[in-house]
Amino acid sequence: MSKVKHQGRREFLKTSAAAAAVTVAPGVMLHTLSAEAAPRTEAVTDKVRWGMLIDANKCADGCNDCVSACDKENGLDLVDMPEGADQGLWERQRPRWIRQVKLKDNLSGKITNLPMMCQHCEMPPCVDVCPTGASFRRADGIVMVDRHTCIGCRYCMMACPYKARSFIHAEVAEKLTHAPRGKGCVESCNLCVHRLDNGDTTTACQDACKHQAIVFGDLSDPESAVSQALKNYPSVQIRADLKLNTGVRYSNI
Amino acid sequence: MKKTHFSEWGIESPRYWGILAVLGAIIAIAGVAVFYMEHSGHWVTGMTNQVVWGLPHVFAIFLIVAASGALNVASIGTAFDKKVYQPLGRLSALLAIALLAGGLAVLVLDLGQPGRLLIAMTHYNFKSIFAWNIYLYTGFFAIVAAYIWFMMDHRMKAWYKPTGIFAFVWRLLLTTGTGSIFGFLVARQGYDAAILAPMFVIMSFAYGLAAYLLVLMFVFKVDGREIGGVLLRRMKNLLGVFVAAVLYFTLVYHLANLYGTENHAYEAFILRDGGIYTLLFWGGWVLVGCLIPLGIIYHPGMGATRGGIIAASTLVILGGLATVYVIVIGGQVFPMAMFPGKTIVASGFFDGVNGQPMLYSPSLPEILLGVGGVAVVLLLTFIGIRMLRFLPTTLSDEVADPHYSKS
Ligand code: SF4
Ligand code: SF4
Ligand code: SF4
Repeated sequence: MSKVKHQGRREFLKTSAAAAAVTVAPGVMLHTLSAEAAPRTEAVTDKVRWGMLIDANKCADGCNDCVSACDKENGLDLVDMPEGADQGLWERQRPRWIRQVKLKDNLSGKITNLPMMCQHCEMPPCVDVCPTGASFRRADGIVMVDRHTCIGCRYCMMACPYKARSFIHAEVAEKLTHAPRGKGCVESCNLCVHRLDNGDTTTACQDACKHQAIVFGDLSDPESAVSQALKNYPSVQIRADLKLNTGVRYSNI
Repeated sequence: MKKTHFSEWGIESPRYWGILAVLGAIIAIAGVAVFYMEHSGHWVTGMTNQVVWGLPHVFAIFLIVAASGALNVASIGTAFDKKVYQPLGRLSALLAIALLAGGLAVLVLDLGQPGRLLIAMTHYNFKSIFAWNIYLYTGFFAIVAAYIWFMMDHRMKAWYKPTGIFAFVWRLLLTTGTGSIFGFLVARQGYDAAILAPMFVIMSFAYGLAAYLLVLMFVFKVDGREIGGVLLRRMKNLLGVFVAAVLYFTLVYHLANLYGTENHAYEAFILRDGGIYTLLFWGGWVLVGCLIPLGIIYHPGMGATRGGIIAASTLVILGGLATVYVIVIGGQVFPMAMFPGKTIVASGFFDGVNGQPMLYSPSLPEILLGVGGVAVVLLLTFIGIRMLRFLPTTLSDEVADPHYSKS
């Protein structure tokens, strides 16, 4: 049922051929279209700027697939509630890199769904305020935390306009080798950096989205799927007034 | 005006050690609380990913702000050449150092990784106001320590005044820096106000003087030293001026916010609909912290009594804690405006669904840590005055008042 509806909406929306190119089999498209990610041994360069376009119209009500995928990919599902913790409080303490948000327009009542994660700002306030430089922005646009120099002051969390960051409130017994985490440090979405550094060109959330709401790729490459999509559709930055030049953009909100 | 003599705090040993033991016990309990929080992780506190700075930050910021204000008494004596205040300078500087040490201890022990303090000292991000504050704090210790030395050592008299002025400027920078920690958080509506930094300076004057008065009156009382009415009246009136200034800045802060449409929602939250935060604002910040102390200070009867001054100073401190609580916690629980013109009706990360504020209630270990910081301040102060000559032997009118004449 929802699939049929979805198809209908897509027919309605997608009038240009370029759009179809983006939506059809995005995994395949992105592999072929986006710039080659630097292999492990090479230094990260600013020739690439990783980014995303999220189409809120395609993001389906009630779907949580990107969130589960990110949890699994980055080991967030391995963070267990400590024994004796209060369930309600723990829900507000457990880490989350991506979340579903449902909006209602105050005038029209229109409902919009969208995923929110670190927006990978070009001028990231979290990096500006971090006293030790643990919060940093890579040349390729990825903003992340160096787990070894983060002192857990949480100033970056105060500064982030998108509430994108999580503090690790408890000991983590089990972790993935590519996503180490430790109690008392801050972390957030790193655009699945371990994938990109291994030559992959997709993120887990994007792969998981059955509705192709997330297009990921190299913003510096005019031919990449994400650049093409940005060129063809109106898109916005959330809190554009702050002039952070985010790497994650949205359309149809 | 007679020459002032200084001496060590002379209370009997059992009493002195008794006071130290009580403070030591409070600090030990706080230590256990810290160990518990650091060992378990922050899940045992009330802090969450929404309210990331909790009660320890409230205490830490209060103490750091008061530290710079406590130095005021010395500054008035040195930088502004008010001779009456000069005998008070040594204790003022000592208390300033102790307050800063207590505040920083709380701040550091609430870090997610306090063991990495060395990293904080060796890895600097010069764009970060927080990193600058580390310089401001270290510098404050050094400058005020030198200031105390030059006050005590007559051979260094030539340095006394320049150092005093330097310390005065430095402390203004320090409080501005502390205020700017919030000023840089443009994303949060409660903090997006240029007036916050100067407001922190004026708050520091009031809290620092209130703390100074309480400590001064206590250590003099138990030691049988005399404080003359003239001096007390002067300081009391000064406190009145500072508290009135806090009230004035509060008014300007909220009026300025009400003027800008984008801040209406935040103002409505703090002033009207914020539940505990509204209560703390009107009841704590305004009433207990400003109006009642002003009433006592300027009351012709009560204002002249020692009890009145003690009550007013205590209320200023309690109100000050409420003020910092409203600023630090209230500013965080108010949902950030990410989607203007839209209401968040559901969220997987507590984004202020339907404009609801975030939840926060401090846990016991957090309270213990904060109180432990206060105990550190008193402990350092008492040890200092016991070991070195910080206290004038008397502050009676005969000694302190330049216009005093035996009639
Ligand atoms: S969204 Fe937040 S965490 Fe991500 S780069 Fe921007 S300020 Fe930093
Ligand atoms: S919590 Fe860590 S990453 Fe964030 S500002 Fe502090 S040191 Fe930097
Ligand atoms: S890009 Fe990767 S890390 Fe970021 S939200 Fe998506 S799955 Fe999570």
